[in-house]
Amino acid sequence: MWAIDTAISMVDLTTLEGADTAGKVRSLAAKARRPDPDRGEVPKVAAVCVYPDMVATAKAELEGTGVHVASVATAFPSGRSIMAVKLADTRYAVEQGADEIDMVIDRGAFLSGNYGAVFDEIRQVKEACGAAHLKVILETGELATYDNVRRASWLALLAGGDFIKTSTGKVAPAATLPVTHVMLQAVRDWHRQTGELRGVKPAGGIRSTKDAIKYLVAVHEVAGPEWLTADLFRFGASTLLNDLLMQRRTQLDGHYSGPDYVTVD
Amino acid sequence: MSQLWEYAPAPESRDIANLKPAYKMFVDGEFVEGSGEPLKTINPGTEEVLAEVSTASPSDVDTAVKVARRAYDRVWGKMPGTERAKYIYRIARLIQERSRELAVLESLDNGKPIKESRDVDVPTAAAHFFYHAGWADKLSYAGYGPDPRPLGVAGQVIPWNFPLLMAAWKIAPALATGNTVVLKPAETTPLTALVLAEIIQQADLPPGVVNILPGAGDTGAALVGHADVDKVAFTGSTEVGKLIQSQLAGTGKKLTLELGGKAANIVFDDAPVDQAVEGIVNGIFFNQGHVCCAGSRLLLQESIAEEFLEKLRIRVSTLRVGDPLDKNTDVGAINSREQLTKIQELAAAGEAEGAERWTSACPLPDKGFYFAPTVFSGVSQAMRIAREEIFGPVLSVLTFRTPDEAVAKANNTPYGLSAGIWTDKGSRILWAAQKMRAGVVWANTFNRFDPTAPFGGYQESGFGREGGRAGLEAYLDV
Repeated sequence: MWAIDTAISMVDLTTLEGADTAGKVRSLAAKARRPDPDRGEVPKVAAVCVYPDMVATAKAELEGTGVHVASVATAFPSGRSIMAVKLADTRYAVEQGADEIDMVIDRGAFLSGNYGAVFDEIRQVKEACGAAHLKVILETGELATYDNVRRASWLALLAGGDFIKTSTGKVAPAATLPVTHVMLQAVRDWHRQTGELRGVKPAGGIRSTKDAIKYLVAVHEVAGPEWLTADLFRFGASTLLNDLLMQRRTQLDGHYSGPDYVTVD
Repeated sequence: MSQLWEYAPAPESRDIANLKPAYKMFVDGEFVEGSGEPLKTINPGTEEVLAEVSTASPSDVDTAVKVARRAYDRVWGKMPGTERAKYIYRIARLIQERSRELAVLESLDNGKPIKESRDVDVPTAAAHFFYHAGWADKLSYAGYGPDPRPLGVAGQVIPWNFPLLMAAWKIAPALATGNTVVLKPAETTPLTALVLAEIIQQADLPPGVVNILPGAGDTGAALVGHADVDKVAFTGSTEVGKLIQSQLAGTGKKLTLELGGKAANIVFDDAPVDQAVEGIVNGIFFNQGHVCCAGSRLLLQESIAEEFLEKLRIRVSTLRVGDPLDKNTDVGAINSREQLTKIQELAAAGEAEGAERWTSACPLPDKGFYFAPTVFSGVSQAMRIAREEIFGPVLSVLTFRTPDEAVAKANNTPYGLSAGIWTDKGSRILWAAQKMRAGVVWANTFNRFDPTAPFGGYQESGFGREGGRAGLEAYLDV
């Protein structure tokens, strides 16, 4: 139960589709505020993650609830645009009220060895964020090797990213346990060297409660117990939440419920 | 919340071991009383007596060798390889069937953690029989001539660190090549070898082909010195190995020795640090460091030494030391009080000679023989802990500046059993592996055992190879 509630409180409930509408975002926000309408004690999720043009809608729904509004930015998901556009994208999202920005790194630059460009870009986006928290999406599925993941993680931490995040969810493979393990090692090492705590967010592909618990164990064993909070660990997911709610009911009721007893938003 | 993450005890049931109050020696296909003084074998995890075991006197050794000679002359030496293979294969299958019993018994008698006896010792023992069953009818293709002949009776003496596995390493190639066997298990760990004898009986091996005689050093001396033994194979200390070698000089008996070691694990600055830390931990704390090829010296490139040491200490402090039968245990009990005393003495010598000692703060059980994992840093080549085999969970850390210095320090030992190289660079692995005077060199891994790979040493680590095609030579008249 503790693990399920902790996992719920770490979910970044996400909708990032071309077909997103204000209605869709509003219903997601309602879900974020009260994940299980029948059980008021269920914790709220950590944030709702949307495209920049939906930030204002989400913000209006979530103002004062404690649920953050996160927005992807910097020409998500490919990151293939010019710097001015990326910065404008970021500033717009922040102006609209986003508390957290999920940026993508320039994988093309990274893979061609132009680490300086990647670093500078993260730096500039971080400045554009102002008070908003910055999550840096490495898109590990395109980086291909653990060495690259580790190097990109370190680059993002050096450049000031508050979180390092595995994936956009638009590329397969998205988050995997081994990749998350490598990223957890990076934030652990960063903490040992600087004393600062930075977060990790696996996103995409985590669908079941069992998977979520495996990640929590990895967080505890690799980084440490102080990372077991929504300030330092998040799940980027949309379908995971309903499985968590169903398993939560199973634990409490002593029998399985079904998908008809949780809300589909 | 924090106790949520504590490990609950998960002990394997000791009933599975089918422990009997008394065990007898195995001669001519039967379990018989030995005429030596019986010995009591204890559980090093609790110091309680497990069972009484009969031992062999010199006259019992003589009987066993005679029986083995008869079995060689009349049955086993003449039997076609295809037939021998069936017996060996059957032994392998029976080890698998009784694997859980063997694993629990091994952990009780030896003190090694159940996860190791279950996942390493017993499966690898079975693998050795499977592998050699395959060779029995293919010896003509092994590269030793069209029809290589066996030697006759093999006298084999094995150590206490891998009781069942060492028995398998010794017996399987001997049987595959058509030799008969008289084997003496170690004084402190005779039980699994005697269950292997039961398995051999179950497999219907012709009487006398394998004989197992528990006993102490004098029994071993009587066996290797017996005039009618054609081949001696010994695994154990360098000290005893030297005695055997001088005892056998001029007798014409074929000898292989697998002795001590002081392996170096070299970590270059480009190695993946977290992965290397795991490998170093496995290299020295696997089986409580009771491994002849243990990576007991760690050579760190100076540019990464500090960071590496810190990570190593953090990792080692999470190792769980305790009840060998608990499935969560990483490091079990030291095999005997004698060995524990030796480890304590050498660790004290390390401190006295000025090395910096760090010992894991893990809790130790009140009873039984335990030694907390220990890392010495600031070690120099001249210190005893860098030169002598400790055979316990103690790691000596040295540093180097250039690859040449690393190789020179690694080779600066009278031993030469194994070595480890940790680097991201393939060419450096090949370069260092060629320079290393060691029988086995692992790259970016450590303590991997496979029946297809020959294992053996240089210089004071012994000679001859076990496993693989090369290992057959020790039991063939070539």
